[in-house]
Amino acid sequence: MTAVTDRRQLQQIAARAADARVNVELETEGMTLNIGPQHPATHGTLRIVARLDGEQVIAAEPVAGYMHRGYEKLSEVRTYAQATALMNRIDWLGSFANEVPFILAAERLMDVEAPPRATHIRTILFEMSRIAHLILFLGDMGVQLGAVTPVFFAFRDREFVLNQIEAATGGRFHPYFDRIGGLKDDLPKGWIADTKAVMEKVRTFCDEIEDVLMGAEIFETRTRGIGVIPPDVAQQYGLSGANLRASGVDWDLRRDNCVGLAYPELDWKVWTHPDGDSFARFWVRLQEVRESTKIIDQLCDGLPSGPIMAKVPRIIKVPAGEAWVSTENPLGEMGYYVVSQGDLTPFRVKIRSASFNNVSITPWLLRGVYVPDIITILASLYFILGDIDR
Amino acid sequence: MADDAATTDAATETPEEEVEAVQPDELREGIVARFGDLLGDALVDSLIDPGVDLTIRVRTDAWRAAADVARNHLGARYFCFLSAIDWLPSPYGRSMDSEVDTVLAAQAGDVAEPRSSEIVQGTTGGDTRFQVFARVAHLNGDGGFWGITIKADVPDDSLTVESWVPIYAGADWHEREAWEMFGLTFTGHPGLRNIYLPSGFEGHPLRKDYPLLSRMVKPWPGIVDVEPMPTDDEDGDGGGAAAEGSAEGGDS
Repeated sequence: MTAVTDRRQLQQIAARAADARVNVELETEGMTLNIGPQHPATHGTLRIVARLDGEQVIAAEPVAGYMHRGYEKLSEVRTYAQATALMNRIDWLGSFANEVPFILAAERLMDVEAPPRATHIRTILFEMSRIAHLILFLGDMGVQLGAVTPVFFAFRDREFVLNQIEAATGGRFHPYFDRIGGLKDDLPKGWIADTKAVMEKVRTFCDEIEDVLMGAEIFETRTRGIGVIPPDVAQQYGLSGANLRASGVDWDLRRDNCVGLAYPELDWKVWTHPDGDSFARFWVRLQEVRESTKIIDQLCDGLPSGPIMAKVPRIIKVPAGEAWVSTENPLGEMGYYVVSQGDLTPFRVKIRSASFNNVSITPWLLRGVYVPDIITILASLYFILGDIDR
Repeated sequence: MADDAATTDAATETPEEEVEAVQPDELREGIVARFGDLLGDALVDSLIDPGVDLTIRVRTDAWRAAADVARNHLGARYFCFLSAIDWLPSPYGRSMDSEVDTVLAAQAGDVAEPRSSEIVQGTTGGDTRFQVFARVAHLNGDGGFWGITIKADVPDDSLTVESWVPIYAGADWHEREAWEMFGLTFTGHPGLRNIYLPSGFEGHPLRKDYPLLSRMVKPWPGIVDVEPMPTDDEDGDGGGAAAEGSAEGGDS
């Protein structure tokens, strides 16, 4: 399967999408369709209120907040170690990846650096949460469009990855493993060999998904040219991660602004796709899982020895200052703006979560599409409600 | 590839700190200079963390103009986030590391010294209780990757700043959040209404003087739970993890 790369063809796709947005003047009696909060495509409890004209959406408004937990307020009365446990639960499918930027921000304020072994293990676990996260997406995208088989492959193979995360950290979903200055523990015996075997399985899974979905006519027609996001609109709304790369913007924080993780030493590739449609978003994520397995293989081979904890005081007081650290999480750019006033608790934490920005584009994107395409678009944008509501 | 500049940027960040202290960050200094040219004296302050980060503060009336400069003159087309900070020190409860809970002590009438209510602004300073801040970035392309945090004071009497929505469409939801959480108004926003909270919610939860009810009902147990720690010099490295393990235990 090759991507559509011809510029003219792409412009036509974009123009068709734009036309659909304008041609809504054939007014019949309007209807309001309420999607969610309990629809499977909403990954939690996002509600979408769509005003319809026939089969076409005139206006769509996402309603968030059903799960708002107030983490920004709560973290003002918790120590950094306690706040890390909260951060863990923001994007619950890629939990470990949420801890990392928060810890890195605290480390920058304290001027502490984790030892190389800790940095490498952090990177391995970071990529493993990405794989566990995106495997679910790859299966889930099929099931949203009516292809039931892939999701069984996904749950089967994600289990192997979660088992490895559990073996190392003790938690399948919420590891809470990252500490200021390093990690809680070292890896268990035999973990590295097992992990490499699991990576082999994940690569097989990617091939299977490609066989099952890509090239299938129904999948192609339901995703190609659906939900096209031009690069400039994507940037204005702050889309990040695979959603942005699927619009042809070549930007990945792992490569472009890698803070405190081991990516610069590795050989891997950032994939982009010029189309900006639902198919492109699926395709980019599929390639990302493959790249992640390569990253983990390389890290397992070159794991340095040494301590896993830098010398940090027992009661952690973070010096006054402000730090912004963001990393390339499974859903996109996840960052924390930490303001400290030298206390045991942060003075203010601004949580910049990827899904909040990724979903804020939906009123623009859903205008003029047909009802079944709402589901395709929501599935391909891929968000987690905890990541929107925080 | 176009990202060469950015990669070397990141690479120099950790191992060559001494060298960096000597080498000025030309990329970020150039950006500040452009802001200075285009905004004039509306650019109040700037802070460069060489090779890492950049923060500037602009005058309130230049808040939207700063966004315009960043996006349309400097090419920072990527909108990251927009939010606010309340610099008032929290008037509630015991600070985590103080021996006395000031609220309880004040109720009993034997407050030793009331908590300082002096407002201390962070980096790049400020004059008001509330500040808005936002982050935008220039993604790959000619100049490599850079990001910038832009701050501005919010006047205490009106609590109003200009909206960024005409420049960055993505600021819409972020301003709605700042509106309900801090009570700030953004002029020119297409529709300020609740995003997380139910409509009709009273108060602005992220203001420092908004009480966190769970803390009011049950005082913070942290200070009483912490046992005296053994002195630091016995075992250096394993200690940090062990100490945090016990903190976890106390929490549950």
